[in-house]
Amino acid sequence: MNAIVLLVVGLAVMLLGYRFYSRFLATRIYRLDENFRTPAHEFEDGIDYVPTNKFVLWGHHFTSVAGAAPIVGPAIAVIWGWVPAFLWVVIGTVFMAGAHDFGALWASVRNKGQSIGSLTGTVIGGRARNLFLVVIFLLLLMVNAAFAVVIANLLVSTPTAVIPVWGAVLVALMIGQLIYRVKMKLLWPSIIGVVVLYGMILLGSAYPIALPDSVFGMGSKTAWIILLFVYAGIASLLPVWVLLQPRDYINGLQLFVGLGLLYVAVLICAPEVVAPAINHAVPEGTPSLLPLLFVTIACGAISGFHGLVASGTSSKQLDKETDGRFVGYFGSVGEGMLALAAIICCVAGFPDVDAWSGVYNKWQGGGVNAFVQGGDTILTQGLGLPADLGATVLAVMAILFAATTMDTGLRLQRYVVQEAGELLGLKVNGLLGTLIALGVCLALSFGAGAEGSGGMVIWPLFGTTNQLLAGLTLAIVSVILIKQQRPAIYTVVPLIFVLVMSVYALIVQLGQFYAAQNWLLLGMDIVILIAALWVALEAAVAMRRGVAANASSPV
Amino acid sequence: MNEPPAWRRFTAAFGAGLRDFYAVPYRRTFARARRDEDDLFMLLVFGEALGLPNPAQWYCLELMPLLYERFHDWHRRMGMPHSPLEYISCC
Repeated sequence: MNAIVLLVVGLAVMLLGYRFYSRFLATRIYRLDENFRTPAHEFEDGIDYVPTNKFVLWGHHFTSVAGAAPIVGPAIAVIWGWVPAFLWVVIGTVFMAGAHDFGALWASVRNKGQSIGSLTGTVIGGRARNLFLVVIFLLLLMVNAAFAVVIANLLVSTPTAVIPVWGAVLVALMIGQLIYRVKMKLLWPSIIGVVVLYGMILLGSAYPIALPDSVFGMGSKTAWIILLFVYAGIASLLPVWVLLQPRDYINGLQLFVGLGLLYVAVLICAPEVVAPAINHAVPEGTPSLLPLLFVTIACGAISGFHGLVASGTSSKQLDKETDGRFVGYFGSVGEGMLALAAIICCVAGFPDVDAWSGVYNKWQGGGVNAFVQGGDTILTQGLGLPADLGATVLAVMAILFAATTMDTGLRLQRYVVQEAGELLGLKVNGLLGTLIALGVCLALSFGAGAEGSGGMVIWPLFGTTNQLLAGLTLAIVSVILIKQQRPAIYTVVPLIFVLVMSVYALIVQLGQFYAAQNWLLLGMDIVILIAALWVALEAAVAMRRGVAANASSPV
Repeated sequence: MNEPPAWRRFTAAFGAGLRDFYAVPYRRTFARARRDEDDLFMLLVFGEALGLPNPAQWYCLELMPLLYERFHDWHRRMGMPHSPLEYISCC
């Protein structure tokens, strides 16, 4: 089959979902009201609450939720064949992620722009809110540890990406200086920044850089992981205008350019899908499709992290309540489009099924490297790029995503450490907080896997934790809908599905970790399992209370 | 006055969109930083009222009327419903 079919069908279903299902949700379930005074207007302060143009807000929402996960998840999950991954991404985006992201945004807008954490306390109770904090901390820890491994692997396998990846830091520093010191308008620094970034990709292609096999007695992968953590530590301590803000910005522009190139290349070269529709001969050690598919692809289908962004910042900037449909639902469609591109690269970017099997010869053998390798072929055939240049473009895209998420993640983790310190009556300064956060991440990276690859070992745990968070968000939206006597089935069905899959996956992994005598992961698994069951119980009690209250009150 | 040509209007609108896209995620961080700087400046201006010697007292006096509103916002933000200083009865 031709990959254009996957592209056209996938995009058509997602766009139809936006056209019809999101309209149904907007008018019948969430009942958006154009005249509702949104928190952005009610509490407008020029700081947190600022009415923002819906296209700009969509861009911010989409680039905030799109990290490396919508690439990593599908790139691993196609090991079970392209059909399950494709169906889960498309159906998950339309019926689960859309309802989830849109619902989180709506619930927050209707509750003074409160975040999901605060809403949990108000709607379900204090215990669930505490649980929420534990889940967030674990999620951040996993993101930092896992993304360090993803980036290090890419830097080792694609040495041509080294110059553009570290050069992007220089480009970001320059843009920050031009805008804040020289007071330049944004148009030209943006255009020049993107051109210089792509120029560095050409330079990187000509001058690949590989670390020596042994750096101070460490392998090159280990050395990259340590370098990345040192970078993230420094970046998270610098003022945001110096590096973080211009880096996120240039990364957002690069996402739009990269995704556009990839889709155009697929349409021009029309590659054949070589991967099996359903892979019956999975390599030894591959976990079963059910339930692992539904936690391996989290971002790109449904992801709890989206609810954090939707209720954390986007809801406070929504100009009109009716814009929520575009920002919330179409934001998840954007993420689905990225995941779809990743699937197409990993199933249609290889010359034949043997080449594909050569990459997917062990569980997690594919990953982002398969995306880069497959995407390279498609870009070369479609746009006529020289061999390996496409790989560099895609590796840079994936690395920049992971790196911007990592330095923001470390900054957030430092805040969590400082807050925990305050609760204990200790004053933790920025440097100490960063060192503690770094120490925990390094302990996980080097404690759970050889050469610092502990981050990748915990990837399935990242999926389950993330889905658990999605379950918690859906539970809150459902409780609000039930209390308002509206149909809640459109959020309750995804809620039950993600909770069942998360718990099922955790139980399967519990056995695996016990058999492998991996006590660190076993302990984390148990903590997450308890949290999952707790969420399910609290949500069920809150929903029952809502139904009972409705039954006793006159309609 | 002549209207600017269409391409100039387009680049201006596009530039404005880019600026918003650049600023939105960090708007609150910058606004907070600016506010903290303002608070510090105001404390310096009102320093002598708190008993701190101020070499630029004369110039600061001139600034006082401009700072009353900001001072009012500041003491409310610090959890004091009314002005803590006898000399400044902003509310």
